Amino acid sequence: MSKLLTRRGLLKTGAIGSAGLAMPTIFTSAAHAFTNAPTGGSVTLGFNVPQSGPYADEGADELRAFQLAVEHLNGDGDGGMLQTFSSKVLEGNGILGKKVEYVTGDTQTKSDAARASAKSMIEKDGAIMISGGSSSGVAVAVQGLCQEAGVIFMSGLTHSNDTTGKDKKANGFRHFFNAYMSGAALAPVLAKNYGTDRKAYHLTADYTWGWTQEESIKAATEALGWTTVNTVRTPLAATDFSSYITPILQTDADVLILNHYGGNMVNSLTQAVQFGLRDKVVNGKQFEIVVPLYSRLMARGAGENVKGIYGSTNWHWSLQDEGTKAFVKSFGTKYGFPPSQAAHTCYVQTLLYADAVARAKSFNPCDVGAALEGYEFDGLGNGKTLYRAADHQCFKDVLVVRGKENPQSEFDLLEVVEVTPVDQVTYAPDHPMFAGGSLGACNPGA
Amino acid sequence: MDAIILQILNGLDKGSAYALIALGLTLIFGTLGVVNFAHGALFMIGAFCAVTLNKILNLSFETLDPTRTDFLGNPLKVKTPYVESWFGPDVGAAIIDWSVPLAILFSIPVMIAIGFIMERGLIKHFYRRPHADQILVTFGLAIVLQELIKHYFGANQIATPAPDAFRGSFDFGAMLGLDPNVIIYPYWRLVYFAFAAVIIGGVFAFLQFTTFGMVVRAGMADRETVGLLGINIDRRFTIMFGIAAAVAGMAGVMYAPINSPNYHMGMDFLVLSFVVVVVGGMGSLPGAVLAGFLLGVLESFASMNAIKSLIPGIDQIIIYVAAIIILLMRPRGLMGRKGVMED
Repeated sequence: MSKLLTRRGLLKTGAIGSAGLAMPTIFTSAAHAFTNAPTGGSVTLGFNVPQSGPYADEGADELRAFQLAVEHLNGDGDGGMLQTFSSKVLEGNGILGKKVEYVTGDTQTKSDAARASAKSMIEKDGAIMISGGSSSGVAVAVQGLCQEAGVIFMSGLTHSNDTTGKDKKANGFRHFFNAYMSGAALAPVLAKNYGTDRKAYHLTADYTWGWTQEESIKAATEALGWTTVNTVRTPLAATDFSSYITPILQTDADVLILNHYGGNMVNSLTQAVQFGLRDKVVNGKQFEIVVPLYSRLMARGAGENVKGIYGSTNWHWSLQDEGTKAFVKSFGTKYGFPPSQAAHTCYVQTLLYADAVARAKSFNPCDVGAALEGYEFDGLGNGKTLYRAADHQCFKDVLVVRGKENPQSEFDLLEVVEVTPVDQVTYAPDHPMFAGGSLGACNPGA
Repeated sequence: MDAIILQILNGLDKGSAYALIALGLTLIFGTLGVVNFAHGALFMIGAFCAVTLNKILNLSFETLDPTRTDFLGNPLKVKTPYVESWFGPDVGAAIIDWSVPLAILFSIPVMIAIGFIMERGLIKHFYRRPHADQILVTFGLAIVLQELIKHYFGANQIATPAPDAFRGSFDFGAMLGLDPNVIIYPYWRLVYFAFAAVIIGGVFAFLQFTTFGMVVRAGMADRETVGLLGINIDRRFTIMFGIAAAVAGMAGVMYAPINSPNYHMGMDFLVLSFVVVVVGGMGSLPGAVLAGFLLGVLESFASMNAIKSLIPGIDQIIIYVAAIIILLMRPRGLMGRKGVMED
């Protein structure tokens, strides 16, 4: 017995045995390798926002929100919505104990520039997640890039149906609402205020977002009994809309729907009001203008012309739930003015990402994605929300707003007239407006 | 018929903006021989003169109103403009309301000064350099100017409304005995058209009927000979640069209520204005004005639904198609002179 079990023999067997036991772990850890796995005491997030170009002010507000979110994740500041978030796994010690750091890129609101800056943040700075943006064209482009690179994309402000429709990707997640939801939320309010016998004329920005919004609003209003007189596409670069507005005077349309955003919206709305459309009476009815997607930041450029005009928005600082109050207090104290809806969605997306990592106990994009899929949460300003597994779209209440008649301050431009319940804006994942794409498999990268 | 009248009005209105910018561009090109890509930026700075004066008139002091609260629950700070406390609420509000027309007076000295600094400080060093160098340096200058404006005013558009008296529209239909509310046109756009006509007429009269203008015209035709006659033509050309800057600036001020200004508005006009200058004929002032109105009207007609349904997308390319056809038929443009930019 003692011959068989010598000291040398025992060591040999032990060494071989432990090597053997270690083998599967070596292989499993190799199998679990993913792009930019954090190694040190910190983790890097990439915030890709328009820092130059026409949407730079919205990008600056997104960046403020990201900085605030990072501060709260690292345990600084007052904690903001971490206090009201239904999930309690984030403890203010970074993500999984790693300090959160960030790098920023400039999308310039151009797809190629946005892809280049995202690529640089992933390859050079080691960003493990990309978030932000203020245009659907950019969101679709960057989402595709993140899918190929094997990182998670938490989109910022993107409202086109395509982002979680035909262009959806397994690595991409959208908290912001979409054009279909705007139509579904607006239609009942429009019917209540303007009746079911209306003739609508659409002016539409000629790119992915404009097309899907036109399609959504047209379908929603026609379901009410409205007829569509005409849909006219306008170049994205147009600044003078007079030659698109004057033909409306020749038709019997009594509602103008502006599928425009940003500068397009400010100019077309201002000019439509200048051409006296709102003073017109057609078919015995007062002529009305509708702006389905409002941005408070940009609505300022249209000044008094927004008064009384209906639209929809993802979130508004005047909501009175605990999450909103905590976020507005935190943001307002730090920066001196209330946050925009773009800031809100970016802040929430950052918290949701961090929370998913903490719940999955892994930075692997496939684990994070699985933790986000089908996840239900509350306390982030929109009430109960579901991250639907089938298309990575958040489902929550939608706000119908109206330009305020007597604003109390320069931020007080919109008033919430209705909170449309989530059931009313929910659609099947295979709805025709969202058909044509598939999530595919999640890609953890190298 | 109504639609055609409306699009002619639209075209004249667009055309007046193109013509005003192209006029300034041609003045600079004709006198100094410089291709000035920063001219759109001067138009933009003019619009920001209106924004700045509006901001100055709105400078306010704050009083706390404990009965109302701001978004954080603190007592609301109520802002009262100084002009309202100095001149009384009614007169003060009227002054603020008329800030855009007042900005015309404000913009003239500002724009002449900017034009003078630009010409003496930078552009004069490029007189003898190739046109490509001039284009590069002025384009760079335009980018610097617009980034400066963005830094101070932000990237979003800033609402700069016309006076209340000019809000609403004029009903041409009712005037002509047709159906009311069909041929209507905003008062401010009519004002813009009239203003452009006055400015264009003023510049032509200045060049045609004053001794200064005569010398400048002589210099445009033959700079060397005028110099040999002992006339300091350079100084006069510098003044012309200032005048061209003021014309662009005033065009920008008056345009502010039509499109809320942002830092990028100059670039939107620049390319089109160059097409206008080339179509009109390099160095020809009447050509620039004629081409401005012509292309404005063409662009408006191309936006008509009947034409867009026939040729989709024509509204985006009509100006360039027209430019190609005109340049093929008249290589020097509509009213171009022989020998300009041909050496």
